Amino acid sequence: MSKRIDVNDLNVYYGDFLAVEGVNMVIEARSVTALIGPSGCGKSTFLRTLNRMHEVIPKAYVTGKAVMDGQDLYGPGVDPVEVRRQVGMVFQRPNPFPTMSIADNVLAGVRLNNRRISRSDATDLVERSLTGANLWNEVKDRLDRPGSSLSGGQQQRLCIARAIAVEPQVLLMDEPCSALDPISTLAIEDLIAELKNNYTIVIVTHNMQQAARVSDRTGFFNIAGTGKPGHLIEMDDTTTMFSTPSVKATEDYISGRFG
Amino acid sequence: MSVTTPPVPVRTTRRLPRWAPIPVLVASLLLAAGIQFLGDGPTIAGVFFIGAILFGIIMTVTSRVVEGERYAKDRLATTLVTFAFLLALIPLVSLLWIVIRDGVKRFSWEFLTTDMTGIYGQMVEGGAFHAIIGTVYVTGIASIIAIPLGIFTAIYLVEYGRGPLSRGITVLVDVMTGIPSIVAGLFAFTLFLVIVGPAYKSALIGGIALAVLMTPVVVRSVEEMLRLVPNELREASYALGVPKWLTIVKVVLRTAIAGITTGVMIAIARVIGETAPLLLTVGIATAVNWDAFDGRIATLPVFVYRQYAQGGASADRAWAAALTLIIIVMLLNLVARLVSRYFSPKGAR
Repeated sequence: MSKRIDVNDLNVYYGDFLAVEGVNMVIEARSVTALIGPSGCGKSTFLRTLNRMHEVIPKAYVTGKAVMDGQDLYGPGVDPVEVRRQVGMVFQRPNPFPTMSIADNVLAGVRLNNRRISRSDATDLVERSLTGANLWNEVKDRLDRPGSSLSGGQQQRLCIARAIAVEPQVLLMDEPCSALDPISTLAIEDLIAELKNNYTIVIVTHNMQQAARVSDRTGFFNIAGTGKPGHLIEMDDTTTMFSTPSVKATEDYISGRFG
Repeated sequence: MSVTTPPVPVRTTRRLPRWAPIPVLVASLLLAAGIQFLGDGPTIAGVFFIGAILFGIIMTVTSRVVEGERYAKDRLATTLVTFAFLLALIPLVSLLWIVIRDGVKRFSWEFLTTDMTGIYGQMVEGGAFHAIIGTVYVTGIASIIAIPLGIFTAIYLVEYGRGPLSRGITVLVDVMTGIPSIVAGLFAFTLFLVIVGPAYKSALIGGIALAVLMTPVVVRSVEEMLRLVPNELREASYALGVPKWLTIVKVVLRTAIAGITTGVMIAIARVIGETAPLLLTVGIATAVNWDAFDGRIATLPVFVYRQYAQGGASADRAWAAALTLIIIVMLLNLVARLVSRYFSPKGAR
């Protein structure tokens, strides 16, 4: 259960402001696609267009096409809520629901949608998702404790468990490790490597080594200057991008020389 | 080439001993009493105020000499804040004290369970049962109208409202917060005068008058609480494919429920003691009126007002009724605290 996404000439706007311009990209199924680039270049903004989270912000909109297995996510009559059920998301800062226990957080996608689930199915789902997120052994004895009682790295893995519990086709990760220590980061990277067997993963990261470690393909975004729109400069296999990129700007960014 | 600076030890300062303020306070109070003996003799208020001023001066000067400038400023600020707190506490404690002292004379189970049928002159029997029922009716009707209205308005303002409509509502809510309560009473009175005709009095009119006063308070407090819910939680919910309305019901309201309860209780406490609009719309009665939709009905504030105006044995009933009102408000607060403790987000550990 994973799908590929074809993005065609996508422009992202905040009101009158064009934030990202003319993105063409293929996101392969069952692979990890990393998006890198300097702050403010629009990679997070672009990521949020893939599950229509972008339009949660007032006056924000998108033109162009993002086609997931033949279906345009922005086509007429497509319900953003349905899109988000297929395309899950993990945010930069861990955001477990503070009113819910660890188990309820995992079940949030089911419970919040008013879907009925039998007690044994719920127990199975919790165990399966937490195991999938590599957290089961750490929390199995305290599933009824509040989610916010966990450490930052555990909370982030809880959020991943919550995202995969609804069994999406695609998982978007917006800098999932930027608030975590190296050990938790390693745990999450291992997890990404496992998850790509079942899911299509798109990850935004500021950490070049992380992109090199976890991803199959890498896209580099850049911005010409403040107030100008961000562009996808180039996209290629990760090994190619990090050894012989075809654009000078990519090489400069990756090797730490800018301007 | 590097500039080397000689190592500077961390400065140590002499400090006054921890117990220093206590003898200074005693000395200041004694000194204040002494000063007043030169005049007309000491009074409690005089000793307190002059003593406070003396304490501030002596403490700051001593600290300046022994400990230095920064500690002196700290002591001065601490003194000012502490005395401001005590000053603010005086009316509160004194009010509670007087209501309890004068209220317990007539406060009893009998007072809570009898009405004023057949009580006249200097009779000491009778109670506030009819007024308690009336207050429950009127405040209940106001709550039934104002709480949903206020919560839905706040949800609209925070989650949906954009542009001129939402700005207009905010301005109107602000204006409504400042409406004098008698105007709300006149509004409800006139409304029913036009719709039902003259000579109609019932708890319903009073409830609507109070609802007018209560709604803006509910809107403002619930709005504040909803804005406190982090946007990340809404996004987390949307990202799970949860529709907006379910996100609002199950995430936003659920996270803010403790604060909303507190806000609603404050709004109820704000209107439960209103007298003027009730005097105008529901009047007073001597017996229990079980019908909320017809006839005059007694309420605790109006009962207090009437009984106190009559003086004598009735004044004691006024104090007892005032005590009853305070107890009701305190019980409501207690319930709110329990609710918010039970529902509040579980923190780390």
